[in-house]
Amino acid sequence: MCFQQKMIHSLFLINCSGDIFLEKHWKSVVSQSVCDYFFEAQEKAIDVENVPPVISTPHHYLISIYRDKIFFVSVIQTEVPPLFVIEFLHRVADTFQDYFGECSETAIKDNVVIVYELLEEMLDNGFPLATESNILKELIKPPTILRSVVNSITGSSNVGDTLPTGQLSNIPWRRAGVKYTNNEAYFDVVEEIDAIIDKSGSTVFAEIQGVIDSCIKLSGMPDLSLSFMNPRLLDDVSFHPCIRFKRWESERVLSFIPPDGNFRLISYRVSSQNLVAIPVYVKHMISFKENSSSGRFDVTIGPKQNMGKTVEGVVMTVHMPKAVLNMNLTATQGSYTFDPVTKVLTWDVGKITPQKLPNLKGIVNLQSGAPKPEENPSLNIQFKIQQLAISGLKVNRLDMYGEKYKPFKGVKYITKAGKFQVRT
Amino acid sequence: THLLQHDDLKEMLDSNKDSLKLEAMKRIVAMIARGKNASDLFPAVVKNVACKNIEVKKLVYVYLVRYAEEQQDLALLSISTFQRGLKDPNQLIRASALRVLSSIRVPIIVPIMMLAIKEAASDMSPYVRKTAAHAIPKLYSLDSDQKDQLIEVIEKLLADKTTLVAGSVVMAFEEVCPERIDLIHKNYRKLCNLLIDVEEWGQVVIINMLTRYARTQFLSPNQNDAKDAKAEAASLAKRKPYVMDPDHRLLLRNTKPLLQSRNAAVVMAVAQLYFHLAPKAEVGVIAKALVRLLRSHRSVQYVVLQNVATMSIKRRGMFEPYLKSFYIRSTDPTQIKILKLEVLTNLANETNISTILREFQTYIRSMDKDFVAATIQAIGRCATNIGKVRDTCLNGLVQLLSNRDELVVAESVVVIKKLLQMQPAQHSEIIKHMAKLTDNIQVPMARASILWLIGEYCEHVPKIAPDVLRKMAKSFTNEEDIVKLQVINLAAKLYLTNSKQSKLLTQYVLNLAKYDQNYDIRDRARFIRQLIVPTEKSGALNKYAKKLFLAQKPAPILESSFKDRDHFQLGSLSHLLNTKAVGYQELPDWPDEAPDPSVRNVEVRGAPQEPESVSEESGSSSSSSSSSSGSEEEDEDEEEGSGEQSEDKEEEEEKRLKRKEKEGSQKAASGSTGRKGHAETSSEEASASESSSSGSDYGSETEAKQRKAVRAGLSWGAVWRPPGPPLTPLPISLSPPGLAPRRSPLSPTPILGVLGTPASSKGRREWVGSPHRSLGPSQLLSPAFGAVRTYELLHRMAGEGLSVEYCFSRRPFPGDPHMVAVQIQISNNTDAEVKSLRVSEPKPLSGMRIQEFPEIERLAPGDTVSVVMGIDFCDSTQAANFQLCTHTRHFYVSIQPPVGELMAPVFMSENEFKKEQGKLMGMSEITEKVTLPEKCRSDHAIVQQVTSAANVGRVPCGADNEYRFAAKTVTSGSLVLITLERREGAAAQLIVNSEKMVIGTMLVKDIVQALAQ
Repeated sequence: MCFQQKMIHSLFLINCSGDIFLEKHWKSVVSQSVCDYFFEAQEKAIDVENVPPVISTPHHYLISIYRDKIFFVSVIQTEVPPLFVIEFLHRVADTFQDYFGECSETAIKDNVVIVYELLEEMLDNGFPLATESNILKELIKPPTILRSVVNSITGSSNVGDTLPTGQLSNIPWRRAGVKYTNNEAYFDVVEEIDAIIDKSGSTVFAEIQGVIDSCIKLSGMPDLSLSFMNPRLLDDVSFHPCIRFKRWESERVLSFIPPDGNFRLISYRVSSQNLVAIPVYVKHMISFKENSSSGRFDVTIGPKQNMGKTVEGVVMTVHMPKAVLNMNLTATQGSYTFDPVTKVLTWDVGKITPQKLPNLKGIVNLQSGAPKPEENPSLNIQFKIQQLAISGLKVNRLDMYGEKYKPFKGVKYITKAGKFQVRT
Repeated sequence: THLLQHDDLKEMLDSNKDSLKLEAMKRIVAMIARGKNASDLFPAVVKNVACKNIEVKKLVYVYLVRYAEEQQDLALLSISTFQRGLKDPNQLIRASALRVLSSIRVPIIVPIMMLAIKEAASDMSPYVRKTAAHAIPKLYSLDSDQKDQLIEVIEKLLADKTTLVAGSVVMAFEEVCPERIDLIHKNYRKLCNLLIDVEEWGQVVIINMLTRYARTQFLSPNQNDAKDAKAEAASLAKRKPYVMDPDHRLLLRNTKPLLQSRNAAVVMAVAQLYFHLAPKAEVGVIAKALVRLLRSHRSVQYVVLQNVATMSIKRRGMFEPYLKSFYIRSTDPTQIKILKLEVLTNLANETNISTILREFQTYIRSMDKDFVAATIQAIGRCATNIGKVRDTCLNGLVQLLSNRDELVVAESVVVIKKLLQMQPAQHSEIIKHMAKLTDNIQVPMARASILWLIGEYCEHVPKIAPDVLRKMAKSFTNEEDIVKLQVINLAAKLYLTNSKQSKLLTQYVLNLAKYDQNYDIRDRARFIRQLIVPTEKSGALNKYAKKLFLAQKPAPILESSFKDRDHFQLGSLSHLLNTKAVGYQELPDWPDEAPDPSVRNVEVRGAPQEPESVSEESGSSSSSSSSSSGSEEEDEDEEEGSGEQSEDKEEEEEKRLKRKEKEGSQKAASGSTGRKGHAETSSEEASASESSSSGSDYGSETEAKQRKAVRAGLSWGAVWRPPGPPLTPLPISLSPPGLAPRRSPLSPTPILGVLGTPASSKGRREWVGSPHRSLGPSQLLSPAFGAVRTYELLHRMAGEGLSVEYCFSRRPFPGDPHMVAVQIQISNNTDAEVKSLRVSEPKPLSGMRIQEFPEIERLAPGDTVSVVMGIDFCDSTQAANFQLCTHTRHFYVSIQPPVGELMAPVFMSENEFKKEQGKLMGMSEITEKVTLPEKCRSDHAIVQQVTSAANVGRVPCGADNEYRFAAKTVTSGSLVLITLERREGAAAQLIVNSEKMVIGTMLVKDIVQALAQ
């Protein structure tokens, strides 16, 4: 029989060495051999990052994502929006992360039964059913060390014996009957600076991407509204489904009944018209001598426009050209490593103190006889600044309606480097 | 070791400790997860389907859904558990039962699934209705003949007003009947309005469907500026000025907020909707959202960039402000880099080209050579598209010719060749430069390109060209094929323009080519020689050789591979692959004339907007008065009511907002909905238990009556007792607790239990062990011996002269009332005596039991002997397998009972029949229309046919157009009630009531077949 079989047919989890370590079928079983097409594509791509997310085979389509060293390969038989599948697969990976603390092969293998139960609930006949973490946690309790010890003694189970009511309500993201003795609501405003800095130090492109991650532990059915001092800064926002869109449109207030636990409330982009403050500068001198098997490497990182805060957690990674054999460097601060196989130089700088700027300097050894590399490598910089939202975004107030108690509220700001690249 | 392991799993599953069962199931699920085969555990696992422990049960479901397809017969054993679940007062249990039932891909349960879906579709819980919608595509994929019935269910569910159902039913619609666009009309506005509250995955499906719908129902919003519209001038005169249908506007307005969804698939769905449906001026809003997705995971980026690449060709303007967001980082994977490059190239125009070229210059120095090659191509495309920068680009590319990397040089050569074709006259310097490259560059494609260039423009480089040919002639034999062809080409062109210097060289090259290994090259050489070298034989073509070879050639157009990809619906798999994927629904073209917009008007409500709430209000009041259920619906109506005052569309929006708020405050304030929900369930439970208690009363009443009847029958039991060994009669009359009607709360054992779990065997022992209560076979009507069919067990040939036939004697089996008696007739057709005939090694499936016939010591040649054996088939039509042994041979045989033989007739009055029937309604009732053939219309014929098909007893009947038959299944004693109602002429209706739905379904089939004969 051959009828339309929409959506996700099967899922295979494959590790980096090409072992299929988990398979799940929502319809008739599809043989593992379908993955051979995937392996073929993987071989051709050389780099894992370059495996095409959609592969067409004679009878199926394979749509895959790569997360945490695992390929999630789904088998599709008919037309379906590829993003639909990709987004779902990421949701599966997120759920594993949420349940097991990490989305790794070992975690999945150790919890294979829970994984199976989760997958069973998340898809029905290949169509997403329950993907909200709050609902899933009511259906299947996440493992904890304590519980697994208790379970092994008492023989009780991880499956909730109460049936989830959230699925039936108009607010499917929140579970019912939440109770805490300490009622708390925390918001982390995290901003990331994406930038490309050119050779001369001028900014080619810079943008601020932010998210507000929340950790809400409030009893009952709290109705929250969060307002900002300067909401107009937010140029483009995407919302968790709990947020009332019209209220935002008209008043620029985030009004919502939150899910229980950790979740991402909004992600936003700061209007690109605004000038973005770049908190660090990099002085670099990388050169390879003609007709000699060596080169010079000299990089200094310094603070700039950091609003009086300390720049910390600075790490620089550089993909050196293939011809580089080894590097003999001295760091005035922090430590560096060079992997001669992948040609990646990593310099863990730490905190920048303006009095003494960190510098990394030395000799680059090239393969003898190889032509001088044409290209200069780009420097990828990571950093962190606590207690600062670089865009200047500020939360004004948080109000709670619908419940009597007084919750504890907290807002934390942090700025990080996103995709921050310096061309040399 | 594998087998041993499975044995210990079986043991664990059979134990009565839940913890052991759980451990076993966990290990089995882990096996399945690793792709190991665990199918041989099926019988052991399926027994636990009714396990009390919820986690064991869930894992059994996982197992069942995985293997049911492979073990169809055994899977049927589990069906009754789910059927019971379908009637559970708890909506979540009803839903989960339907979910699993519909996931078991066993064709025989199609009618059961159909019934269950129909019933669930009108369940008062929206969650169960949602599950019903999910089950529709499952059934459809199992049996596409059900399409018409399923469409009816879809139609009904489409009318549902809850957000929970909307997404799922549209998904079912898309899968079963996407062509039935007419079903959408009446629901269109409702779907638009519900959209924002539907869950994310449902939103995607609805938006995609509505995109297609809008393309068939509305006019193109861009028709005024569509330059390529056919016969525009003509139609312009008669065309009315374009006014957007308010429904079209409604769709655009209600989808726009979803661009802010956190779900990339939703954003993409809205983006494609706007791209395909919105007026040009409004499409721009999607750019920002799409650019936002570029920050997501690599795979999301990949898909989004593909779509942006297509869009940016048609609507370049909308992505221009985000040009820098497509700048490439050295850390991007190559496939992302190349897509970004594609977008940047599409976005290039006179104003931004200098910035873009500056970016490209950085890219050319990248370590990623594939990317560098793509960048050079991109520069070439920019140069062809934007005349202003052509020279700059060309100069840049020429500089690349001195690059150290050969690939870079080669790619540049190819691109320069294309650019030079545009204005060759001005670039003889570049051609000269390239001619020099032939000494160094080895990449065949590049060498070929250079040779072609020199040949084509040999007049611009008259001194160099012959020299190049000289060098190439020298290395000819070592060149690649494409290079050789170009050498021949160059030689020919030079011969025509400068024969003095190149005549000999050309001859030499042609001679080399004549003996080349490649036939293409040999052919080409022969062909060219004939064309260019004049001989007596050569014809008129020779005169035109120069024209042929040196004609003006049009410059190649460098185009994006994404051009015109938008004839596929954006965001689709087909678009991504650029080929039509299986099951792709073509995006229809806009209609020339708008179809009637009034089809979307919903009756009662005059205008689409304001009276909505009024009518709903009245509707709901009637519904809520008629039933106390459906809190969800009431809720909704309240909300609608709150918006009653709102008169126009603007306020409609406000209303939505208020509604959301209100929802929230309601929940927050008192959890009123929740409480209401509870009230509902508890009242439901109450009523259920009420009805069941009444049911059990009922049961005991009948029981008493039956007992009376039995006692009365005792005396004539003796008369009916067939000769032979004394019978232990069937205790059918007594309904032990285990067999009480299904709804009874007293019933502790599930139906499945009767099929062989310990619980039920206990029950069975009880009945067997209380012979004082068991009575004669009095109420067993005399079996209809009309036409006893015999079946072959062993053919004479296969049995080496021994032939065995069997028939179902329809007598109770002496010794065990739960066994079906099978009469076996053995004939010895050999000329030797057959000794010690016996049954050995019966291999019954779980629960099945076989009582062998006593060994036959000897069977003389030509003799025939008849013996009886008993088989407890567990009320299933599974075959019983065993070996038939003689003193020399073993024969593997199997007996498969027709479903009609799994029961024994039972005596009943018409009233009792009707009472019992009343208890077996709904899921337990199967109705089928029958057309009676000519010869089968008499009373006698009908009774004859039915009783031949099944071992049932006739129930006396008042009406003369009705026939009733009753029986009980042999193993579990479940009632099977058959009613045949004659209608006008040949038409008749057959109803079978039995809680064993599998048996019921199969029985209907058999009887219909028998009647048709």
